[in-house]
Amino acid sequence: MNIIACVKQVPDTEAQIKVKADGSGIDDSQIKWVMNPYDEFGVEEALKLKEKNGGDVTIISVGPARAMETIRTALAMGADKGIHISDPALDNADAFVTASALAAAIKGIPYDIIFCGQRAIDDDSGQVGAMLAELLGLPQLTIVTKLDFAGSSVKVIRPIEGAQLSIETSLPCVVTAQKGLNEPRYASLPGIMKAKKKPVDVKNAAALGVATDVKAKVAKFAPPPARAAGKIICGDDAAQKAQELARCLREEAKVI
Amino acid sequence: MAKGIMIVAEQRDGALRKVSFELASTARKLADQTGDEVSAILLGSGIEGLAAELGKFGVDKVFVGDNAALEPYITEAHAQVTAKIIKDNDPAIVLFGASVQGKDLSARVAAKLAGGLATDCTDVKIDGGKFVAIRPMYAGKCFGEIIFNTAPAMASLRPNVFPAVENAKAGAVTKVDVAVDAQKSKVLEVQKDTSGKVDLTEANIIVSGGRGMKGPDEYKILEELADVLKGTVGASRAAVDAGWRPQKDQVGQTGKVVSPNLYIACGISGAIQHLAGMSSSKCIVAINKDAEAPIFAKADFGVVDDLFKVVPELTVACKKLLA
Ligand SMILES: Cc1cc2nc3c(=O)[nH]c(=O)nc-3n(C[C@@H](O)[C@H](O)[C@H](O)COP(=O)(O)OP(=O)(O)OC[C@H]3O[C@@H](n4cnc5c(N)ncnc54)[C@H](O)[C@@H]3O)c2cc1C
Ligand SMILES: Cc1cc2nc3c(=O)[nH]c(=O)nc-3n(C[C@H](O)[C@H](O)[C@H](O)COP(=O)(O)OP(=O)(O)OC[C@H]3O[C@@H](n4cnc5c(N)ncnc54)[C@H](O)[C@@H]3O)c2cc1C
Repeated sequence: MNIIACVKQVPDTEAQIKVKADGSGIDDSQIKWVMNPYDEFGVEEALKLKEKNGGDVTIISVGPARAMETIRTALAMGADKGIHISDPALDNADAFVTASALAAAIKGIPYDIIFCGQRAIDDDSGQVGAMLAELLGLPQLTIVTKLDFAGSSVKVIRPIEGAQLSIETSLPCVVTAQKGLNEPRYASLPGIMKAKKKPVDVKNAAALGVATDVKAKVAKFAPPPARAAGKIICGDDAAQKAQELARCLREEAKVI
Repeated sequence: MAKGIMIVAEQRDGALRKVSFELASTARKLADQTGDEVSAILLGSGIEGLAAELGKFGVDKVFVGDNAALEPYITEAHAQVTAKIIKDNDPAIVLFGASVQGKDLSARVAAKLAGGLATDCTDVKIDGGKFVAIRPMYAGKCFGEIIFNTAPAMASLRPNVFPAVENAKAGAVTKVDVAVDAQKSKVLEVQKDTSGKVDLTEANIIVSGGRGMKGPDEYKILEELADVLKGTVGASRAAVDAGWRPQKDQVGQTGKVVSPNLYIACGISGAIQHLAGMSSSKCIVAINKDAEAPIFAKADFGVVDDLFKVVPELTVACKKLLA
């Protein structure tokens, strides 16, 4: 089967995010870049499907030159080939433009199932998977924690507020991965060596015929609002502290 | 010209979800500034009666799509009908809930309309006549002000952040004709959580435990406190990865993003990835024996002590206060 996994390069979760003084963006000079954690689940699921059913896994990423490292990481995990959509015109892409670029690249190749992460942990918008599904005219299964492949269809589990849904969908479809789906493997040393020789096709927006005008724009970035300094509850013992805390929650914060 | 504010209401099993009222109230507030009308989209089967409830929270007009094919929720069917109602009525602003369903639906609808969407917003405003959405980015390490180049401007609102305020309007029903294509997806089973607890994303009070809980059985003391406060128990990733709590309880960057009125963190150090999931809580309490734990920097109230001593005493004290 032909499996596609979309991966985004994002700042490491530990990264300090500094807003530029003029609010025009993020100072990314000190950032360590990694594969979006949710995309690791997508790549892992793609590899598991391939191992069980044969076929190949194509990795696609939209991003600047450094995004190639993330594609190589996925290839080192065991994927077969990559497509890197790299174009300065896409530097300020929104979710729709990103999804359009992915859709344009995917239209040219065969696929049975496409994996995305349920959201990218930098912009946190969680839109690209669903948009990609719409642009390709495919059903979508978002926030998936379990997937069973049954030839021409898949059965998945999707947790929603206070319940779990079991859904069946015919292939091809788009699945967005949630933590719990699997335990992503690490790239092995031989895997890393092999990855260097795997083919990666580099494309630009014009070659794909993608319009790059954004629909929504971050007009201004700001640091989070400062929180007023908290109060440390004093007391002789745990019981006194607990009573004082309960009083504060009721009388000062008025939350109980 | 695009005009008016439209909300996409969410119902399940014939009852409106709380976020629907938050959407209605927020839309009403904006509409009162611009002198516009608030309309709502309500889809499902046998749900016409819910329109009046939306009216109570400030909705003037409800587009009701009543069709067996719209129950239970299937993304593609709801997206098809929702996008059509939006196109036919040309609102300037469309608000969704940033619930699991709302996020799933809004992105698909935005792609159908080739429009801009801001996800999981914590504030919205009209600035110089234009709609602006404010949302946390980079796990809440910064905030972005989103503006829109296309109409309608679309945003999904984080549940539990915007107040729901009664403000009675007509809630007049307009039935819409809903032709739905044959679907490729089918819901086979809905397995309901039988704990009787509100989901973390909708809870007003969360009592959360981390590695400091030492093991799964010790969560009993958190459950007792949560019972007294009518809250829900959450967990850090350390506790989930240790197998002490189910994945659905995880709060944080790779778990749920929550905004309760009160978040009580017990034996949680306050790693940046955990803070990402709970820093929009209105009041944060930290109970930790290490005075240097980073969670105290985010806490409104901190108790430096052994949680196994403090939590049971807190349960007793709260019981007394609430009696
Ligand atoms: C300097 C800078 C400026 C920006 N300016 C704007 C702006 O003006 N307006 C705006 O809306 N956004 C802007 N963005 C963010 C934009 O480029 C986002 O990447 C885009 O909106 C996708 O949304 P997301 O990352 O939240 O993806 P999500 O929808 O959260 O991602 C879900 C999944 O989709 C897939 N995916 C997402 N992005 C990619 C990708 N690039 N390649 C491959 N797969 C992917 C992954 O599988 C991912 O897990 C800016 C980003 C940067 C770095
Ligand atoms: C990619 C990535 C994603 C992540 N996503 C998440 C996420 O979504 N959510 C999340 O929570 N974490 C996440 N993490 C993990 C995060 O970095 C931390 O490891 C985790 O939050 C630590 O959990 P903890 O605070 O329970 O444990 P610890 O950091 O070990 O803290 C335990 C605390 O308990 C206190 N303690 C111990 N005993 C007692 C006692 N008797 N009384 C009082 N206090 C006591 C200690 O002083 C300590 O502060 C992620 C990490 C990565 C790399």
